[in-house]
Amino acid sequence: MPATVRCALKVNGEEQGVSFPSYKTLLEVLREELGLTGTKHGCELGECGACTVLVDGEPALSCLVLALECEGRSVETIEGVARGPELHPLQAAFADFGGSQCGYCTPGVIMTAKALLERNASPTRQQIKEATAGNLCRCTGYQQIVEAIEGAAARLRSEKAKEAS
Amino acid sequence: MKKRLEVLGKPRRRVDGRAKVTGQLRYADDLSMPRMLHAKLLRSPHPHATVEKVDAEKARKHPGVHLVLTGQDFPVPFGIMPVSVDEYPLARERVRYVGDPVAAVIARDEQAATEALKLIEVSYRILPVVGSAEEGLKNPEPRIHDYGEQGNIHRNQSYEFGNVEESLKSADLVFDDLFFYEGNTHLPMEQQASLAFLDPEGKLQVSSSTQNPHYLHRQLARVLQVPEASIRVVATPNGGGFGGKCDPGGHEFVVAKAALVLGRPVKIGLTREEVFYVHRGRHPVLMRMRTGVTRDGMLTGMHLQTLLDGGGYGSHGPASTFYTGVLTPVTYHYPRFKFEACRVFTNKPACGPKRGHGTPQPRFGQEVQLDKIAEKLAMDPAELRLKNLVKANSLTASWLHVGSIGLEECIRKVVELSGWKEKHRKLPRGRGVGLACSTYMCGAGVAIYWNKMPHSGVQILLDRSGSVIVYCGATEIGQGSDDVLAGIVAETLGVDPGVVRCVTGDTGITPVDLGSYSSRVTIMMGNAAVQAAERLRTAIAGVVCENLNTVPDRVVFSQGRVFAADSSGPGMTFVEAVHAAEAQLGTLSAVGSYAPPKPPGKYKGAGVGPSPAYSFTACVVETEVDERTGWIHVPKIWIAHDIGRALNPTLARGQVIGGVYMGLGEALMEEQSFRRLPEKLSGALVHRAPSMLDYKSLTALDMPEVEVALIEDPDPNCPYGAKEVGQGPLLPVMPALANAIYDAVGVRIDEVPITPDKVLSALERKAKGEPARVGPEAFPAVPYPKPTFVLPPWEGGDGNEAKRDAAAAVV
Repeated sequence: MPATVRCALKVNGEEQGVSFPSYKTLLEVLREELGLTGTKHGCELGECGACTVLVDGEPALSCLVLALECEGRSVETIEGVARGPELHPLQAAFADFGGSQCGYCTPGVIMTAKALLERNASPTRQQIKEATAGNLCRCTGYQQIVEAIEGAAARLRSEKAKEAS
Repeated sequence: MKKRLEVLGKPRRRVDGRAKVTGQLRYADDLSMPRMLHAKLLRSPHPHATVEKVDAEKARKHPGVHLVLTGQDFPVPFGIMPVSVDEYPLARERVRYVGDPVAAVIARDEQAATEALKLIEVSYRILPVVGSAEEGLKNPEPRIHDYGEQGNIHRNQSYEFGNVEESLKSADLVFDDLFFYEGNTHLPMEQQASLAFLDPEGKLQVSSSTQNPHYLHRQLARVLQVPEASIRVVATPNGGGFGGKCDPGGHEFVVAKAALVLGRPVKIGLTREEVFYVHRGRHPVLMRMRTGVTRDGMLTGMHLQTLLDGGGYGSHGPASTFYTGVLTPVTYHYPRFKFEACRVFTNKPACGPKRGHGTPQPRFGQEVQLDKIAEKLAMDPAELRLKNLVKANSLTASWLHVGSIGLEECIRKVVELSGWKEKHRKLPRGRGVGLACSTYMCGAGVAIYWNKMPHSGVQILLDRSGSVIVYCGATEIGQGSDDVLAGIVAETLGVDPGVVRCVTGDTGITPVDLGSYSSRVTIMMGNAAVQAAERLRTAIAGVVCENLNTVPDRVVFSQGRVFAADSSGPGMTFVEAVHAAEAQLGTLSAVGSYAPPKPPGKYKGAGVGPSPAYSFTACVVETEVDERTGWIHVPKIWIAHDIGRALNPTLARGQVIGGVYMGLGEALMEEQSFRRLPEKLSGALVHRAPSMLDYKSLTALDMPEVEVALIEDPDPNCPYGAKEVGQGPLLPVMPALANAIYDAVGVRIDEVPITPDKVLSALERKAKGEPARVGPEAFPAVPYPKPTFVLPPWEGGDGNEAKRDAAAAVV
């Protein structure tokens, strides 16, 4: 058996110790060791964006990151996006606006969009397209993905406005 | 009792929407089991070779390896079509393309399996390589397969509906054009994966990313020599299919066999490179199209010849070959039509069905040629098309029955939305618009294997809780088939779709549905679902009518309530009605099934092309072409699709835009092309681009705005009038772009993809005074057979093959 390493990972806000062969990517450790299969394989070469997760709040292609590199960093996956039993506005918008057809690219796109909306609450269509250009989707033609992100951004802004008032 | 639609026709979150946005949906590769082993395939590095010896001794001894399988373990071949059973899960004596699997290692993990693959020694004897259809015609020896028509010709056919030469002679003008459409691939985001294991009863279960669990089930039984009743295939939700997961794959047989041998779960997940090798994508097709037309723009006839590069195996090829012709006369009326097609084996991954299956290629040629005809006749291309439309409820020369046709409205709609009349031939140089139309089947009229049984079955179980459980073998590949099923059942029973649970794509527990191909699911599964739900409604109405003081026909099911149409009384809840009916009738369940109507054509070969209904599409593409670089920019696309009725407009619109996206990708950049390595490096034919980085597809940044119009005129053959939308909207995009480029810079690109280098090359020719065109220059001599001659309906035919001189006798 290959030699394993033990490492403390913080995934979706929870610190946990994981043992895995040192060559495993973050994608493989998330899926195979932690059972978080929401993050998808699409190419293992950094070409498609299906494996996008957030590492310290920034989108990262988990197929190109060694899990070992993530010790002490914060990793967020699609499983950590919902607010308890309620969908996050991005998730709701993707489901309602047709942003998800086969759904395989969806977790990756939602993570990319989440990072975008956290740094820019009112992105233009062009900015949305630029941010998600690394996430390939073969079903939607992207239009309803862009509409979903716009819809979610609007809802997040109105939530924030309500909180402030 | 009929009521206004309450569920269908309104935008609604799809029933599987939540699972997709939370990451909870389990695709095949997301499955794992205790004691699960992993399989990897060794693939041929040669495009054509004899396998002389496979020595796997070292691999078998490698730590962690449990089993090595080779071609010797699979004596029985498979093939999706009964006439093309020509493939082994692992090659036995011959490899026919780079990537053909020859051996499999099953080990404790992928790492150990991958290491062991390198220890397998295969002795190959290299054979001459056929690199294209033309090469295959020129080199009948060595034969890639020892079956087929002759030499390397797999399929060769010819049909003539009325004397076509005569119809061309009677025309004022005959257009004779050559077109080429390069092959391309599906590129689903999900790579194929499969998990096989023995269930607690010892029966084989295969969970797989397949579009067609029923056909896979039959093929597994055949190849593994296991009774069909001892196998269960579960189609996991597909992460995109587009036709690429229709054929059974070698990997599926390998994990199934390994699970049977080892008694442990065995999984495989293909790499992206392997997905390119599995392929089964768009055939490269060379076309010659001769079309007669009168001075006032009436088509007199068409002679279409196609030559398909089939790749190394049969796959769906016999059907693909037909589809390069049979749907051509469905949009416009051709009084006479002749169609010759030839599919040649080559040493490349097998081609098969990709979205539009065989029809985008001739549609491209047909629609570009119509643009040329319109220009020559100084007619508006939209007017030329409107003038020649097939009429509703009519037959084509080839005996296809066309029921509803909304193409006229589609054309008028895109002309209006795009400002066509102000733009065509009027935009400044460098900018242009192009128009094209298309049609697609709503399900193939005949099953892939001959049988008289239904094409789709649905079973509904009503639970006392008020939940409605619907069982159907249909497969969710992202197109929304589960949502269609839930929506139709909810509408028919007057309940909220939220109480409907769909159990689909599982050959162990669901009635057979043939699969997610040929745009058949909405129509066939939908009709079966309507029948099952109506039977339940009738049963319940028969019980509760007395309580409601009415007759069964006047019982209304609406919004979770059941009441009398002509009474102001409160009626009862759906759950109360279920309780009453169950008390009297026992457990409430009903089945429904659907088989398409018998096609009117009776000649041999008339089974390909008929459909219960056809969808129609018209599209306008606007483009800007940079004459210095050849760069093609597409700012906007307008598309109108005759869908009959949009059951869930959000999903329907998504299918249309997604089809446009895929069509535009094919038009501009997608190509599954090959190159020869230098002779000193084996001279092998290898992929130019077996990766997503090199196989270009459109990103969010490249995608233009798409304005969609859904044309709704319910078709009586379809459930709630709904026609297909999954494939049709892709088809007009490629020719519309080619026509727009001509409008912009006056050059004809008669082949797909249309790349900047081709535009530049055509512009250079134009500048030199040569024909301003890039495209194929010659059509080879293809030994097409003597045609099957059939008289068109209006020449006294009866749909059977006729003698050629019968035409003269009638005329």
